[in-house]
Amino acid sequence: MIERLPRILAPLAIGIAFLIGWEAAVRLSGTPPYILPAPSAVAASLWMDGPSLLGSLLVTLRITLAALAAAALIGGAIALLFSRSRILEVSLFPYAVILQVTPIVAIAPLIIIWVRQPFLALLVCAWIVAFFPIVSNTTLGLNSADRNLAALFRLYGASPGQTLRLLRMPTALPYFLAGLRISGGLALIGAVVAEFVAGTGGAETGLAFRILEAGYRLAIPRLFAALFLLSLTGIVIYLALDLLSRALLRHWHESALNEEE
Amino acid sequence: MQSTLRPHPEERPQCAPRGKRDGDAVVSAAGGAPPVVELRGVTKRFASGVAALDGVDLAVGRGEFLSLLGPSGCGKSTLLRIVAGLTPVTGGVCHVRPGEGDQSTAGAVGFVFQDPTLMPWATVAKNVELPLRIAGRVGHEERERVAASLRAVGLAGFERAYPRQLSGGMRMRASIARALVTEPELLLLDEPFAALDEITRMQLNDDLLRLWETRRPTVLFVTHSVFESAYLSTRIAVMAPRPGRIAADLAVTLPQPRQRTLRTSPEYAALCERVSLALADAMEQHSL
Repeated sequence: MIERLPRILAPLAIGIAFLIGWEAAVRLSGTPPYILPAPSAVAASLWMDGPSLLGSLLVTLRITLAALAAAALIGGAIALLFSRSRILEVSLFPYAVILQVTPIVAIAPLIIIWVRQPFLALLVCAWIVAFFPIVSNTTLGLNSADRNLAALFRLYGASPGQTLRLLRMPTALPYFLAGLRISGGLALIGAVVAEFVAGTGGAETGLAFRILEAGYRLAIPRLFAALFLLSLTGIVIYLALDLLSRALLRHWHESALNEEE
Repeated sequence: MQSTLRPHPEERPQCAPRGKRDGDAVVSAAGGAPPVVELRGVTKRFASGVAALDGVDLAVGRGEFLSLLGPSGCGKSTLLRIVAGLTPVTGGVCHVRPGEGDQSTAGAVGFVFQDPTLMPWATVAKNVELPLRIAGRVGHEERERVAASLRAVGLAGFERAYPRQLSGGMRMRASIARALVTEPELLLLDEPFAALDEITRMQLNDDLLRLWETRRPTVLFVTHSVFESAYLSTRIAVMAPRPGRIAADLAVTLPQPRQRTLRTSPEYAALCERVSLALADAMEQHSL
């Protein structure tokens, strides 16, 4: 196992080296900031526009988290329904796939027209992108119960509800959490894409719109600053979900165990 | 794929525990009392057309320790699953009467798989408690029974451990404790020690004998070890493969209780010889 410190320091060193190289390249070649701003210019913009960008980030974050929560709840419920009825699964799963493979950019305008309330429209877009990994992973998990354990439940006369609660749901938990981690990133992407399509969408402007706006105005350092905040948000969401997964599985699942245990 | 959890209509356990005894019962080795397990002409053909069992007759009396001995693929595990009601028969009848009289309650039959088959997300105590939890609320009395069952297999003090923290032998002990917690009249074991090392295996053989001597449940023990079957059983049914059938039925008259010293005694050696010959005979019939 790599020691804890190098595991944090190594990527950090790479990142710093990259930034120094970038800064040097921009300065030495004299590239204008509207083509490629130096990291220092991006940092300055982040400092200057930070408060207003953070406000926009909050708007995007609210949509993302609401979409993720809806994806977890509705996705989990759909998976439960699928595991209860084979017919339901067979007849509805293809449509879930269709919803998944249709580019959200293509259907976002429709959703924005149909759903008048801007927040809700964006939420629906982000949800469509985010729900599928949870449905497909959780369905798989619910159907992955150990055969012999299932036989044991039958031997002791367990009801379908007991089998679901005591056997199938615990089996599905790691699968659900893996789906949730994928969906976290997707919800953010969905929210950003929907904002791009929706434009300003009312009084509140999300981070995506700020990126568009900065692009139109050739305020490229601010564009980079907004991008930076966006990636940072994605990373934080991923880390938070990873932490949740480890906390829930720490006693038993291989993915959450320390190596020496 | 859909899991096997929802029983297919045809997959209802065919081993109706209180099935009426039609016709003449196969004579039980235990004498007058009706046998706990009674199979007549049991045939099992899988969907692939493979005949796993063909015309198996077997009666197991109360308190017997019967080993089903045979090579891999002779249908002995299938036979055990039929007795447990986990697999339907395609022909013949199988009656199981674990309790006194013809009454049967859930938990009257205990089953131990070759793998410990524990829930990895639950502690040892929660795993052992499972049959009681399925049967109803778990209160003080139930927790006492879990503790007693763990003591009986030598796992006292490991209540809060998770399966992954235990050795293979200890996991198997937990699995046995779970099968014992309902105090079953009929205990079915499917090659439970096959995956363990020799030392652990001998230890668990002795422990299993002590448990059997204390409560005297009826035991069906599937194994492919001649020595294990000879050491443990009061009776050995030797099975032959393709199609699976019982080729020889040997009573074991070694003294009770069994001690470790028995393993080096001439009677034991003679019995092992006899069982080996019966097994070789069964295999020869097959190859002819």
